[in-house]
Amino acid sequence: MPCESYNDGSGGGAMNQRVALEGSHAVAEAVRMADVDVISAYPITPQTHIPERLAEMVANGELNAAYIPVESEHSALSTCLGAAAVGARTFTATAGQGLELMHEVVYIASSMRYPVVMAVCNRALSAPLNVWGDHSDAMAVRDTGWIQVFCQNGQEAFDLTLWAFRVGEDPKVLFPVMVHLDGFTLSHVTEPVILPEQSDVDRFLPKFQYPFALDPDRPMTHGAFGPPDIYSETKLAQEVAFRKSKEVILRGWQEFGDIFHRYYRPVEEYKTENAETLLLTMGAFTETAKVVIDERKDKGEAVGLISLRLWRPFPFEEFRQSVRGAKVLIVLDRCISFGRGGPVFAEIRSALYDEEPRPKVVGLIGGLGGRDLSEEDFDYIITRGREIAEKGSDRMLETVNIR
Amino acid sequence: MVDKLSWKDLEVGNIIRAAGNASIRKTGDWRTEKPILDKEKCVKCALCWICCPDAAIKPSESGYYESDLYYCKGCGICASVCPAKAITMVAEEEQ
Repeated sequence: MPCESYNDGSGGGAMNQRVALEGSHAVAEAVRMADVDVISAYPITPQTHIPERLAEMVANGELNAAYIPVESEHSALSTCLGAAAVGARTFTATAGQGLELMHEVVYIASSMRYPVVMAVCNRALSAPLNVWGDHSDAMAVRDTGWIQVFCQNGQEAFDLTLWAFRVGEDPKVLFPVMVHLDGFTLSHVTEPVILPEQSDVDRFLPKFQYPFALDPDRPMTHGAFGPPDIYSETKLAQEVAFRKSKEVILRGWQEFGDIFHRYYRPVEEYKTENAETLLLTMGAFTETAKVVIDERKDKGEAVGLISLRLWRPFPFEEFRQSVRGAKVLIVLDRCISFGRGGPVFAEIRSALYDEEPRPKVVGLIGGLGGRDLSEEDFDYIITRGREIAEKGSDRMLETVNIR
Repeated sequence: MVDKLSWKDLEVGNIIRAAGNASIRKTGDWRTEKPILDKEKCVKCALCWICCPDAAIKPSESGYYESDLYYCKGCGICASVCPAKAITMVAEEEQ
């Protein structure tokens, strides 16, 4: 791989490599450096480059892992579950329809507490058939009990994939983690990415020690039946454990930052100080929105941006803190919950219901099925958002760049 | 036993740290019909014992094969396979 070595100036002495990688390959590099044991995936646009690159790495001997080809996404995740049950570090990746086909197993992974890591190159859902970027697939699995994080760029795709293994496999967590990167606008865009030293990765990510690995010498039961006299208790235990995982999520980011000098937060704030109007985005479009925020700030407007990085478990505390003092909060959804509107908007408004005072929350929908959102569109989102906050809306659904 | 457990008692992922523990669960109360053996007709061939899908039929000291009603779910396979027609399925509330 062509690269230049340089010292990152951190004083840590580590010589990192700054290379040009597309988002998908950044994920594959993280999986390689995490030294996974088992990869099972089924190719689907726009995720294809991830398993393709991993298959190459395994074939070339760059990664010592079992690469298990399967006939569907349902089988891909099932294979990962089986591998995780014996204590293997496992990875899969999918997008859109693939995630939908997996759906049944997605629930099982989290309920059986197998810390599989899955990259999801977010894609629209059929019909009509569409392979482009959209958040409908991520929203369709928001209730499945996976830790879900969104990336804004290639560096984050690398970092969060590595971090996902560290957090998911923590004995206090043992939940699967979904790393979301927007289809094409992130998965297929080549950007500079800093690759760390393997020794630092090993320091951050210890070997996976699954405490309940299936073993003939120590028989135990995984996946027992849960009739009405115990099912409710299992779900309560799962929810309590899932919410508690946030402690490790935060600690994982702290430790990541201490080693690699890039710090992540559940809610990323951009120029939010004294902002009266806040825009809320998720994923790669955040970077376009930043340009518009910069322009408006330069004109003296009290605007700022927050980006939800951690979607599940929902970071209530950090989110409420981040919008404190704002008068208007404009939420952009790249998904429609039919008959309800934007799912993120609905959750955001609900999360603020008990807050006093709280910003007026308005929602717009755009960027569906690969429809671009330009700087002009974000400009419109802010202008229209303020208008709605002030005068209300007489439209069934507020949209941007939809004819 | 299981109906006494609180959510705090459960292992991560509801793992059970032993194998073969299904036998402690009483499944006999799922039954709507129970098998009644007519020892006059029984030829002790053991076909019911072989065919029982839940290992609920056990050989007794006297050589007959009898249902353990703690487990027997009342599927009726034993009655169906019995070549001597020695097993009859009878509704739970009867007899």
